[in-house]
Amino acid sequence: MYDPVLFSRILTELTLTFHIIYATIGVGVPLMIAIAQWVGIRKNDEHYILLARRWTRGFVITVAVGVVTGTAIGLQLSLLWPNFMNLAGQVISLPLFMETFAFFFEAIFLGIYLYTWDRFNDPKKHFLLLIPVAIGSSASALFITIVNAFMNTPQGFELKNGMITNIQPLVAMFTPAMPTKVAHVLTTAYMTSAFVLASIAAFHLLKGNRHPYHKKALHLTVKAALIFSLATIVVGDLSGKFLAKYQPEKLAAAEWHFETSTHAPLVLFGTLDEKNDVKNAIKIPSALSILAHNQPSAEVTGLNDIPKEEQPPLYIHYLFDLMVLIGIWLTVIAALYWAGMKKRLAFTMKKSFLMQLVFSGPLAMLAIEIGWYFTEVGRQPWILRGYMKTAEAATKSAHVDTLLVVFSLLYLVLGVASVVVLTKMFRNNPVERELEERGLNQGGVSS
Amino acid sequence: MTLEIVGISVLWLFLFGYIIVASIDFGAGFFSAYSEIANKKHVIHQVIQRYLSPVWEVTNVFLVFFFVGMVGFFPKTAYYYGTILLVPASISIILLAIRGSYYAFSTYGIKDNKWYMFLYGMTGVFIPASLSIVLTISEGGFVRIHHGEPTLLYKQLFVSPFTWSVVLLSLTSVLYISANFLTYYANAAGDERARDLLRRYALVWSGPTILSALVIIYQLNHHNVEHYTKMMDVSWMLVVSFLFFILSLYLLIKKRYFGWSFVSLVMQYAFAFYAYGISHYPYLLYPYLTIYDSFTNKTMAIALVIAFIAGLFLLIPSLFLLLKLFLFDKKYVKGQI
Repeated sequence: MYDPVLFSRILTELTLTFHIIYATIGVGVPLMIAIAQWVGIRKNDEHYILLARRWTRGFVITVAVGVVTGTAIGLQLSLLWPNFMNLAGQVISLPLFMETFAFFFEAIFLGIYLYTWDRFNDPKKHFLLLIPVAIGSSASALFITIVNAFMNTPQGFELKNGMITNIQPLVAMFTPAMPTKVAHVLTTAYMTSAFVLASIAAFHLLKGNRHPYHKKALHLTVKAALIFSLATIVVGDLSGKFLAKYQPEKLAAAEWHFETSTHAPLVLFGTLDEKNDVKNAIKIPSALSILAHNQPSAEVTGLNDIPKEEQPPLYIHYLFDLMVLIGIWLTVIAALYWAGMKKRLAFTMKKSFLMQLVFSGPLAMLAIEIGWYFTEVGRQPWILRGYMKTAEAATKSAHVDTLLVVFSLLYLVLGVASVVVLTKMFRNNPVERELEERGLNQGGVSS
Repeated sequence: MTLEIVGISVLWLFLFGYIIVASIDFGAGFFSAYSEIANKKHVIHQVIQRYLSPVWEVTNVFLVFFFVGMVGFFPKTAYYYGTILLVPASISIILLAIRGSYYAFSTYGIKDNKWYMFLYGMTGVFIPASLSIVLTISEGGFVRIHHGEPTLLYKQLFVSPFTWSVVLLSLTSVLYISANFLTYYANAAGDERARDLLRRYALVWSGPTILSALVIIYQLNHHNVEHYTKMMDVSWMLVVSFLFFILSLYLLIKKRYFGWSFVSLVMQYAFAFYAYGISHYPYLLYPYLTIYDSFTNKTMAIALVIAFIAGLFLLIPSLFLLLKLFLFDKKYVKGQI
């Protein structure tokens, strides 16, 4: 039996799963390029400048795919969720509209930045062109996340007999979910991008290439990653407090917290039996109360207080735990590296440790994916919490199933092609050769 | 002027902008691929690449801007068009994806993959064809509403001669606009061989565009009388458009003032496009949806207009900088930097 709701959900999930990889890189990498170029200019060290140049070249490929998939999701919102856009469009189209401006701004300056590397006598001028790119990409993330926050805690309108009245566009933008969500998306995008770039540097070092270029790259990226990881932890904690107050059902389902109680424990992994009793889990006493309200004696709403048909699926518990676990693991790795470098310990260049750094990028990206699954599935059955269910929002058109197949193929081709192109691009033009061409193979410091 | 009209005017302007910049882009891609096959690559490839490379992303944003703005100002279009266009718009997305990825992959990565080049060239004609379908559908007659649920009548759409004439106009226009602009660009670059070849392309495609436009006007009389009658009320605009066409062609034939030839071409299209748009008023989808019954609330409309104006303050200087560095910079155009 053809079910357009199901296929619409899968297709949206697929598009977002694919898009978020490129979007995350698109938000985070410009900042990393800016940092590298800035350090290069300040230290007058060509290695960092080359780092910025090479990252930029790779970045262009990911931006192109991001533009394409971004256009896809932008259109699919209306194509697959016409009822939702019809309703929500009246209240939340302002940030969507602003996002196109932000992206426009970014696209223009990225074009200029790319084609003017050697056009200015003063390298600082060229660096300045990157600032609008970084601002534009982060602003895009800001506006889109505002829309997502609205879906979680809608406000700024009244719904009477299917008619929307009393609309306040700014109130709809600044929802309770907005601050933590935006902060979380931004810090994790920066963190993930830093780890992805660290992975590349670590990969070269692991292969035995001890060129100072890679060492500098690793050092810069892991340091940045550590800072963003710590920021993510703070924001993550605030996100927990937000959930406890405004979306208790999501937190309760994430934590398998059924009975409303004080001194609520934090449940790690485990299984559920048929009576919904938690088995095989690690429980940290009172930790959920602390996460939710900063007090061990605080009361945390349990899932049994939520009407059955409004409870999110319980498997999000694993998603939540995995996301948090990966986040903490990555922070530890980055902190170890930083401490090791500070004390000049040898382990930071050991193969087993470098291996962990190689995995850090993919792991961080995995956490991004899991995190989005968690927050999106955790909002179910709602598409607009409290106002519209996902099932009511979807299209009733035929052919969504066929489109799912076609788009799967498209993303497969794009994904494979972007990886192939990126590898080819850097393999055919190794760092050493490029440094030689620029006449800088020795110290890296030029006058 | 009501907010509805402000909204649709802004969107219509952006759609027009998209049609011009995208036509240049699509046509350039097509000529680029064609020259590869016809062994004339060395003549025009360089000029096309120099122009396209820095601006390709910007083109896409015009389109995104249009449909996001459409849903913003007229949320009901999300429901009607969203439901109807599921398949046609998905095809457009896929074509745009092939095209967008080609830029990045070929310009910065894989060089000269002939097969991909061919695909890319073909998207240059298929994308305008697939997008022009939306305008055809908006004329009515291809949508049935059953229990409030709109469905697209694929068969009627496919066999209608009107559909195919719109497709034809979109294709010929793409090639004509693009060839005309690139002639100007090649001339500015001082590349005479490329200029002469592109000028010839422009001349070849000038006749078919105007013919297919006439065919459409004729067919509209049969397909949608109301629209046709209203269009005749603003027929002076069509006349002005035609005069600009003559002027543009004249300059092209005389091999003089290529820039002005392109400017009058833009005017030609602007007048025709606005004549079409104004007479389409107030319908977004004949006969179900007008700009009035699909309009968002007043508060949101004002917020969108304010955001739009603020956005323009940001965009216009940036676009100006882009044009200054790449389009009007003699050294860049000539390939000296």
